[in-house]
Formats: sequence, C-alpha cells, structure tokens
Amino acid sequence: MATAIERHHAAVEHHHDEHHHHVIEFTPAQRLSMNRLGLWLFLISETFLFAGILVARIVLLRDEGGSFTRPELDQQLGLVITFILLLSSLAVYMGETAISRGEIGRFKAGIGAAIVMGLIFTVGVGYEWSIAHFAPSDGVEGGMFFFMTGMHALHVLTGIIFLMIVYWNGRLGNYTKQSHWGVEASALYWHFVDVVWVFFYVALYLIGHVPEVH
Amino acid sequence: MLGILRLDVWKGLIGGAIGTALGVFITMIIRSLQGLDNTWDTTATSPWNVIVIPACVMGTLGFLIGVGSMTDWLKWMVGRKGSDGHYHPKPGVPQWHRYFGMDTNHKVVGIQYGVLGIVVLLIGGLFALIFRTELAEPGLQYLSANDYNSLIGLHGQLMFIAVLLGIGAMANYLVPIMIGAQDMAFPRINGFAFWINVPAAVMLLSSIFLGGFDTGWTAYPPLSVRAHLGMQMALIAVFILGFSSILGGLNLIVTIFLMRAPGMSLFRMPIFVWGVLATSLLQLTATQFIGLSFLMVTLQRAVDIPFFDPARGGDVTLYQHLFWFYSHPTVYIWILPGLGIISEILPVFARKPLFGYPFIAMSSMAIAIMGYLVWAHHMWASAMDPFLRVPFMMTTLTIAVPTGIKFFSWLATLWEGKIRFATPMYFTLGAIVLFLLGGLTGPPSALVVTGLHLHDSHFVVAHFHITVFGGFMFTYFAAIYYWFPLLTGRMYSETLGKIHFGVMFIGFIIFALSLFRVGLLGMRRRIADYTIDFGGIFGIEWQMLATIGAFMAGLGVLVMLGNLVFSAMYGKKAVHNPWRSRSLEWQIVAPPPELNFSALPQIVGHPYDYGLPGSVYAILSPDDQVVAEPVKPNQITPSKPALPAAAVTGD
Repeated sequence: MATAIERHHAAVEHHHDEHHHHVIEFTPAQRLSMNRLGLWLFLISETFLFAGILVARIVLLRDEGGSFTRPELDQQLGLVITFILLLSSLAVYMGETAISRGEIGRFKAGIGAAIVMGLIFTVGVGYEWSIAHFAPSDGVEGGMFFFMTGMHALHVLTGIIFLMIVYWNGRLGNYTKQSHWGVEASALYWHFVDVVWVFFYVALYLIGHVPEVH
Repeated sequence: MLGILRLDVWKGLIGGAIGTALGVFITMIIRSLQGLDNTWDTTATSPWNVIVIPACVMGTLGFLIGVGSMTDWLKWMVGRKGSDGHYHPKPGVPQWHRYFGMDTNHKVVGIQYGVLGIVVLLIGGLFALIFRTELAEPGLQYLSANDYNSLIGLHGQLMFIAVLLGIGAMANYLVPIMIGAQDMAFPRINGFAFWINVPAAVMLLSSIFLGGFDTGWTAYPPLSVRAHLGMQMALIAVFILGFSSILGGLNLIVTIFLMRAPGMSLFRMPIFVWGVLATSLLQLTATQFIGLSFLMVTLQRAVDIPFFDPARGGDVTLYQHLFWFYSHPTVYIWILPGLGIISEILPVFARKPLFGYPFIAMSSMAIAIMGYLVWAHHMWASAMDPFLRVPFMMTTLTIAVPTGIKFFSWLATLWEGKIRFATPMYFTLGAIVLFLLGGLTGPPSALVVTGLHLHDSHFVVAHFHITVFGGFMFTYFAAIYYWFPLLTGRMYSETLGKIHFGVMFIGFIIFALSLFRVGLLGMRRRIADYTIDFGGIFGIEWQMLATIGAFMAGLGVLVMLGNLVFSAMYGKKAVHNPWRSRSLEWQIVAPPPELNFSALPQIVGHPYDYGLPGSVYAILSPDDQVVAEPVKPNQITPSKPALPAAAVTGD
C-alpha cells in the first residue's frame, strides 16, 4: 500500500510543481460569514440537545394526575443566580461593543465582570447542590434537577473558559476593532447559554408543584 | 522501517494512554477520599461504571492532543500563532505519513475516513458472519448466549460507524471538488472530526473484553441499565462519535452554502451534494438525541439517576422516543448520500440529462425533514399511547412519496439512454433493485396491523438490511469503483469488479429472501437459538441459506479489497475522465492536486446536460484543464471503448 500512496503523492507533487497552485485566500468578510454560519449551526445543534432535555423534564416530572411537579429548591437563591447570569450577558455585550470601538479598557472590564458573574452563578448552583434535600437517586424530580443544572453548568464552565481565553488574548492585544471573531463567538455562546437557563429556570423553579412525598 | 515509529498516530495512542490512566487514577483517588469503593469488576453495579467516564473523556482528549488535532487551537488560546492550515512537506518525512496523523486537506481526511470505515466494516462484517454461522442450524454450536448478544450489538454499532465513516469519506473527498472549492470551510475541524472516531472505535471494541452487552445496538433500558460494564463503554463510545457527526455535518453545510464556485447556484450543484446537504442537516441536529439518550443511560448506571426506573418516577418509553428521534433519521443520514450517488452515476452511464433535477434535490430535503416525524413507527409494540400509532403510520407511509419521486426520476433517466455497463453502473442498478425491495417491504412493517405481527422478527431485520444495502452499501461500492480512477489515477480490474457485484448481489438476495421467509414464519431477532423447523428450498434450510448468502456477500467484499489494493499498486493507468462525466472533479488531473484548482472555475450551465449539443457546464482555468490525450481503445477495460474526453461540454 505504501508504494501506491507514495506514487499517488509523486503524481500530486509533480502536478503541484507544474502549475504552482496557490491558496485562494478568503477575504476577512467571507471568513467572518463562514465562521458566523458555523457558530449558528453549532448553536442550532445545541438547541436540539437542550430541547431534548426539556422534553425529558416535561415527560418525567408529573404526578399521577398528570400535572407538573418540580424539585424542592431554594427560590431566593435561584432568583438571585438567575439575575446574576442574565446581568453577565449584559456585561459580555458591553465588552463586545467596546472592542468593536477599540476600547480595550472597557472590553476587559466587561468580559472580566462577566467571568466573575459566571463564576458566582456556578458557585451558586454548586451551593444549591450541596443544600438539596434529595440525592440524584431519590426520584426523577431530584435526578432531573441534578442532570439539567449539571448539563447547563458544564456549558457555563466552558463559556467561562472561552471568556478567559478571550480576556487573555485581548490583554495581549490580539483583537482589533475590525478583527475580533473570538470575542464575538464567545459572546454569542454566552448569550446562548443564558437563554438556555431562562428555560431551565422556568422548568425547574417555577412550573408545577413540589410533590408531597419523595 | 524505523520511519513507521515516527507516525503521529503513535503520539496519539501514547496521549490516549496517559489521559486514560490519569482519568482512572484521579477518579480513584477522589473516590477513595470520599470513602467509596473502587473494586474492579464488570457488573452493572461496578464502581467502574463511574471511573470509566472520566477515563474515556480524558483518554479521548489525550489522543486528540497527542495526534496533533488540537495543536492550532491550543496555540490560539494562549495567544500564539498556529500553522497556516495547509500541508507543507517536511524534508525526510515520507508523504504517506500524513495519512497517519492530523491533516487538514479534505482529500487526505476523506481517505482517512474511507480506510478506517473499511476496517470497521470488516470487523463488523466478521462479527455478523460469526453469529450467522451460529444461526445456520438449531442449537447452540459455537457461541455462548452472552457472546452472541454482544456480537449482534457490536455488529450493529460497528456497522453504524462504518456507514457514517463511509459517508464522511465520500462527502469529504468529493464535495469540495464538486462545488469548485479548494478545501472545506473549517479544515482543522475536519481533521479533528475524523480523529475523534479512532478513540471512540477503540472504546467500542473494548466493550467486548469488559463483559460485552446483551441489549443489541439499541441499548434499551432497563436491560441496558443492568448490562455489564461493556455497555457503559459502548454508550460512551457512541456519545463521543456524535461529536464527529455533528462537526462533520456543520462543516459540510457551511462549505456547501458559502464556498460554491462562481455561477454555481444551488440548483447547479451536482445532485450528490444535495444528498450530502440533507444528510448534514440531519447529522447536525438529530445526533444530539442519541447523545442525550445514551448519556441518560450512562448517568443512570453511574450515579443512579432514575430516568428509566418506573419505581422512582422514571419512564422507559421516554428512552425509546429520544433514541428513535435520532435513530430513525439516521437511516436517512445513511441513504441520502447513497441515493445521491445513484442520481449522480445514472446520467453519466445513460448519457442523458438527469430527469427532474429540482425534484430529486427537493425530495432529498423532503425526506430529511419528514424523517423527523416518523420515529415512533419503531415503537408499535412499546408502552407508547396507542393513539399515536395512526399519525406515525401516516407520516411513515408518506415518506414513500419523495422516495417514489427518486425512483421515477431514475427510470425516466434510463429511458432511451445509451446505457453503458461497467462495474459502477452494475452496482447502481443493483442498488435500485435492492432499495426497491426494501421500499416494498416497508409498508407491511409500517402498517400497525401487520407491523405488530412483524415486530422484532427477522422480517424487519431483512427489511432493514436490504434497505441499507440498496440505499447505502451498493451505492458506496458503486462510488468506490466510479471514483477509484480519480483517487489513484489507475483503473481497477473490471472483471474482478463484476465478480464482486455478481457474488454480492446474488448472495445478498439469497440472504435477504431467506430472512424475510423465516421472519414471516416467526423467527425472532436477537435469539441465539431456535427450535422451529422453518423448512427450506432445494433441500437447504432457509437459515442455512441465509448464512450462505451472508458468506457470499462477505466474499464479495474481500474480492473488492483485493481488487482495490492490487489495482492501486499495479493497475493500468486510467485515461483522463474515463466515464466522460461533466462534473468538476473529473476535469482536473487525477489524482487531484493538493489544492484542487489553481483558480476558481466558472459555472455557466447545468451539470447533467448529457447529450445536449453545445451545452457547457464549467469553464476552468487553463492551468487546471487537462488536455485530452489520444485514447487507445484498450487502455481502459470497460465493455465499450472510451471516446476522447470532451471536457465539460455536451457529450
């Protein structure tokens, strides 16, 4: 097989030398639209994942009469961390608009604030885990709570990592007014994760009633 | 020989081993600190159901980093410049080394997909032959019941991967050239999406050494929750494979939408690209559902979340809904590129325009969209609300409409054509016949009344296999022979190709018809042993006939492999564009150069105007255009001597 592949490449290289093929570079605008479409497709794909999880919640968390149930959670804590997470989207947005105007200081402030708020949210979820009255194995209400918040927290954590990378690259001066795809991508991903939480918050904290017995 | 030691794939394996070991040790230490047990065993309640999760994830990451598929991304993260994403020959390193490491060129990635796909196909096929031998006669002769179960489950999942890899091979190699691009939209993601298959395939195969699993490929709970540790490995492996499908589909969609050559409107694309587009949309979205359903079983096994335990509020039917929401569309993921291949090859060999191009293109999209709405026809016998049966029966039967459009279009394309018979054409026609048989046995399985009777019988097994053989395997073989001269610049042996077709087609028909027969007589699937006398024909039992047919099909694959390897090394040099196709990939030199085109081709017409005088499809840069050599009649082996290539014009 090796000989065949080598010959294959001899032919390729021969032709290569003959015609001096060169890479047809994309314009930055073309590259940007490709990146944007790719990211949006990724988010559509992720939407299917979270939609599937919501379907599982809708099917599983019901009582015998068919009305929705939900796990017993700390409502104040849930409201506060939800508020903080939504606020972090605003901070990311400020960071992104700042870099598109070339203001590196406000960019760092915005992204940095979002990282801190994201971390507070994650710690909040972890605290909710630690004070929960139930274990994952007790019943589907508790199980779905750990599953949904866990899957979401995993995405929040990756989002925080992306924002940290973006912050670091911004500090190094790798982003300009015109070229800051990394910032745009992380911001969009962050907004997406926030929107997911809006649905998950409603699904876990608001709709349905806490069942009498676990 | 020492050069072999320098392949990047070894670095990947070392990275994978380190990652796995780290995952195991870190988890064991954390668990020990929590006072949890780490005793090794392979039962369903083993603590190793937890430990293998971080081990597999970190092992995969270690492999991907080691093989170099994440190098550029890691560099970007810390603010350094990565590579330019193009291949630069290194002095002293042979060219073929790039096939065993991370490479961003779509043709290299395509061949990587193809070779790994064939390897997985051979292993999966071997498993099938083993348990088919067991089934040839009543009584248990060779296998234990548990091994039998593991083999059927692994056969299903391995073939599943082999088909996805085959699609990756065709789509990656062909789509960029067909649409006049130099590479895919995201070459690094492309290489990454291939390499993630390797650790996943290893994990899946490892399940056989960890107790195997007895659920079949569908992994239904509650059985999958109680199966051996091998189940956990298979679930994680398929979950990780999902990344490849999703990223591959994403990459192809962006490539098809944004990188077409000037003048190539959507309805001037080669029809195969439409098939790939429809498939990619399904891969992008539906794959999440098999990931989700397998993840939920994984978590129930690891941390006992009672998703599928009715005693604690769970619901086993939910799994089936989530699972089939992917796993029904996945058969369309398999067949849509295959049906695209049929539509691609027929006009070339009939020398006629493809009949009803826009309708074929739209029927692919219709199958893809309707594919989302039929999943519950796998669940007639489940605890699903019986009310849902009728709507799902209706949507299932409606799928016959877009599929029928394709059939009539193929017939009309062949009508009064100047048909030339060569191996790709044989396989294409064989695919149409098999897919028709698969299609005709669909309604009996889809109608609730007959479906309930046929459920989980060998009839359904035969229906499924004949559909996938017609819709994918035969078209894949057609594609391999059809594009072999492009890939290698050499011609395969036409005689061996025809032998392959004959043995495989007859063997497979024998196999399928026997299975239909025993299925109608009540043979259940996933049964290692049976006592019923099913009768036979010509003094041979149906079950024995099915086994003989399966071995014939296996023999056919071996003939093909021998043919391909031998022809790639010693085959006759192929003439330029031996099939006189108008498509872009045949206009450039074979094998295609590193960057395909030196300048973007201009598309000025329709791709399938065969036989229309004066029609022009594309104008290539003079650098790319191959000057037709004078052709000696015996230079290629097809039955009729090839005419001089008329480049991209009418005929």
